[in-house]
Amino acid sequence: MSSVNYNVLGLIFASMHDSYVSELTKQRTMGSIPFGGRYRLIDFPLSNFVNSGVSEVGVITKSNYGSLLDHLGSGRDWDLSRKKGGLHLLPPYSQTGGIYKGRLDALSNIWGFVEHSNAKYVILSNCDVVATIDFNPVLKQHKETEADITLIYSKGFYDNEKNNCATILEFNEDNTLGGVLVDPAISGECNQWLDMMIVTKDFLKKIVSDAASRNLYSFTREILQNKENNYKIMGYEHKDFFVRIDNVQNYYRANMMLLEKEKRDALFRTGQPVYTKIGDNAPVKYGLESNIKDSLIADGCVIEGTVENSILFRGVRVEKGAVIKDSVIMQATKIGSNCNISSVITDKNVEISDDKVLTGSETYPLYIGKNGKI
Amino acid sequence: MYTKKKVVAMLLAGGQGSRLYALTKNVAKPAVPYGGKYRLIDFPLSNCTNSGIDTVGVLTQYQPLVLNEYIGNGQPWDLDKLNGGVHVLPPYETQAGASWYEGTANAIYQNIRFIERYDPEYVVVLGGDHIYKMDYSKMVDFHIANEADCTISVIDVPLAEASRFGIMICDDKNQVVDFVEKPKEPKSTLASMGIYVFSWDKLKKYLIENEEDANAKRDRGEAWSKDFGKDIITSMLRDNQRLFAYEFEGYWKDVGTLDSLWEANMDLLSPSLPLDLYDKSWKIYSRSSYMPPQYVGDNAKIENSMIAEGSSVDGSVDFSVLFAGVTVEEGATVNYSIIMPGTVIKAGAVVEYAIVGSDCVIESNAQIGKSPEQVENRDDWGIAVVGHNVTVSEGKTVEPKQIIGESI
Repeated sequence: MSSVNYNVLGLIFASMHDSYVSELTKQRTMGSIPFGGRYRLIDFPLSNFVNSGVSEVGVITKSNYGSLLDHLGSGRDWDLSRKKGGLHLLPPYSQTGGIYKGRLDALSNIWGFVEHSNAKYVILSNCDVVATIDFNPVLKQHKETEADITLIYSKGFYDNEKNNCATILEFNEDNTLGGVLVDPAISGECNQWLDMMIVTKDFLKKIVSDAASRNLYSFTREILQNKENNYKIMGYEHKDFFVRIDNVQNYYRANMMLLEKEKRDALFRTGQPVYTKIGDNAPVKYGLESNIKDSLIADGCVIEGTVENSILFRGVRVEKGAVIKDSVIMQATKIGSNCNISSVITDKNVEISDDKVLTGSETYPLYIGKNGKI
Repeated sequence: MYTKKKVVAMLLAGGQGSRLYALTKNVAKPAVPYGGKYRLIDFPLSNCTNSGIDTVGVLTQYQPLVLNEYIGNGQPWDLDKLNGGVHVLPPYETQAGASWYEGTANAIYQNIRFIERYDPEYVVVLGGDHIYKMDYSKMVDFHIANEADCTISVIDVPLAEASRFGIMICDDKNQVVDFVEKPKEPKSTLASMGIYVFSWDKLKKYLIENEEDANAKRDRGEAWSKDFGKDIITSMLRDNQRLFAYEFEGYWKDVGTLDSLWEANMDLLSPSLPLDLYDKSWKIYSRSSYMPPQYVGDNAKIENSMIAEGSSVDGSVDFSVLFAGVTVEEGATVNYSIIMPGTVIKAGAVVEYAIVGSDCVIESNAQIGKSPEQVENRDDWGIAVVGHNVTVSEGKTVEPKQIIGESI
């Protein structure tokens, strides 16, 4: 971990794109969706900030943020319970009335917090892209090129049929922004914006107040796509693993990707831990007849049955004779004896009684909502 | 300005744990790993928090670096408090000179000022090397109800083992009438668990008396000691103070030896679950390692084992406890063993009936330990032990009962 950088303020949009995964955000924000066995999506941007030396972070919320508050607490588990800087929750507060409509609107509402910070640069991130990234080289490039905005993107395969609303970027030869397409009807390799960027604070202030005075709210449309602005917008390529959670099928796939070693290694790097709320769970206990293959299993699970090609979150119980395949089983799910579960996502606290058979398909996994009893 | 506390706990964590040999070469005994993600000291610290005791002095002396770092500000145990909380208390120098802790009673004696800041009614004295879940507040209530000066927690042990312990002889009202350290012919099976509740004014009086008495003996060239069981309890009995035995029922394990450390880990795998670590009402807290969930590979075969986060298993694991960040490669075998954090067991290596310390590398085809059936003479069999940060080279063997502290 680098030492603390008081020059940078982190901002996280915890609710951006909630509607893409409406099943999972019924009772929570995008940021508090469980992911990867023991995490919530917000753990990744938070840990990216902390590991990059950013110790002042604001979390912009919109609605349904009870579970997010519960997860974050004082920010202590991310080392963000600080006197200087630290974690700040920014609940919705709209000068224009109602809940904010876009990034610029949201920033305008919380501007007092940003103004108060001594930082010269602001790094903004959503929660719906999972990646482990060191912001220091991005910041270095941003300073060297004297850019107004540096957009972080990755090259990756985009399929309009299977993905939801990505922002595709084109760059000129000098790495300045060329074109911006939102949700284009294409299928192929392209530069996808990771919804992360570094913006010089003075510049951000200018565009936010300008947008507020003209009642504009969309950052993509008004700032990125409006070529008359002549802003200096640069690109920075993140050349490592990323995955976007833009619908429930992709949420399922993103979890399953963690069964591949190189993707796990890219996300969980040595010396760059992903922090999360501590659960104080005991280690996993495997019973006498347990049979486990190709699975990611979090602490506190007690497993007496068979688990294959699955992700088990903290405190899951799998009784004798139960078989779980190709599934994402969220925290504290109980699976009764002799159940047969395949291609299923169970949300938190689901209870499945003995001898049940539940089958989804790998392209359309069966989703069982929070606290569901079957 | 200090807030008065009804109870202050003093945790004796200075022990070297010499019978754990290679495992306590660089760490104090209370910092020895246990149960996949814990260290021994997690048990008394978590018991304090769960019992509502929020002021704990931890007396350290031997190899304190790892232990100090581990305890930190006490936050993982909820012991980072504005008033009270956990405080590490190493020996210190005064105008009269520096002095090490000369026994368990002397360690508390040297910290009378720490205790007095909180003006407690009762002081709970604990060890740092036992595994158990206990509500100390019930023991304090028992102490108060009996108007006792000292209450000693005891556990009923088999008669055959009684001579290994300090044995309490009690009347029918649980009042202690005699105390014998490791008796050859035990008159009772109530063994002291090394957990005491004292009324503070009485303890203070006897600590000062013992100190003066022992120093006088030392000046005269006589044998002296400053020990709880041997000196404080004996003196209080001599003076007809009210000493009571508080009988504890439940799991309690002294992990003073390599065999008992191995057994205590194996107890976690017993189907009868003598020690339930999954009980949410009495969690055992520990400092987190912030590792991702464990990955179990295509070739893995795991049965009846306990495995902590950050581990990666693609080999065979049976009746074993694996700590955080352990790797068991494809084709490696781990049976009836304890593998401490960060250790790598490479392909073809076999680890059986062994304790392997943290951050070790067991290279391909190495053999650590053997099952009792593989040894001709049963007397030659015992747990094999590899200390921390040790590499066992390809094809090398560590025999049963062998303890290695250096790479081979």
